[in-house]
Amino acid sequence: MNCYHLQYFSLLGDFTKKSSEALNSEAQSPEELYAEIEQIYSFSYDKDKFRVAINDEFSDWNTALNDGDRIVFIPPVAGG
Amino acid sequence: MQNFHISAQAIEDIDIVAKVATPQSGGYVIFDGRVRDHNENRDVTHLEYQAYEALAVKEGERIIKEAGERYNIHKVFCIHRTGDLKIGESAVRLIVSAKHRGTAFEACEFIIDELKTRVPIWKNEHYTDGSSGWVECHECSKHAHHEEH
Repeated sequence: MNCYHLQYFSLLGDFTKKSSEALNSEAQSPEELYAEIEQIYSFSYDKDKFRVAINDEFSDWNTALNDGDRIVFIPPVAGG
Repeated sequence: MQNFHISAQAIEDIDIVAKVATPQSGGYVIFDGRVRDHNENRDVTHLEYQAYEALAVKEGERIIKEAGERYNIHKVFCIHRTGDLKIGESAVRLIVSAKHRGTAFEACEFIIDELKTRVPIWKNEHYTDGSSGWVECHECSKHAHHEEH
């Protein structure tokens, strides 16, 4: 069991009603963690529209996660 | 030196020209993106911007570095707001200095286009009927569409 630090922005802040949390999880990859969060907060949103960041760098959905990692799922951006 | 910044405070009063002025620069191009009162036939009352600051700054700096490799420019300064913004407030201000105006115009357009599709910043539009919605960048959907073909 690892502990991950999650931050939620945009749509994900609305879905989870949180801006951040520490989550104990068996998930080994961002893909698994995303599926778990969808289940916990009862939402469903096309993962392919999102990107993922681990420890403040863009990463792949299948990257192996480590205890204490900071994970951010990045909804479609719209700056400017 | 940091060239890309996120600010929770108003950015209108910053002397952005001073940030990029060099004795070699003859052309300065500014893009000032402001909150407008409508979007896609809906009346907008205000916008809320969120930024994943740590990664937004990194990605913003990468875009500016890429611009420096593509175009013959001198300096770039870009600052993006977060928080609640009223109609008419600046959401982003970008300035590029170069020897001549041509490359400054091109680099300015490149940077703002890349910013809109790559930097983790989001805007929530609030409408006159009390509803709100997170905006999805149109350029991003176009990119995705093009990639499919």
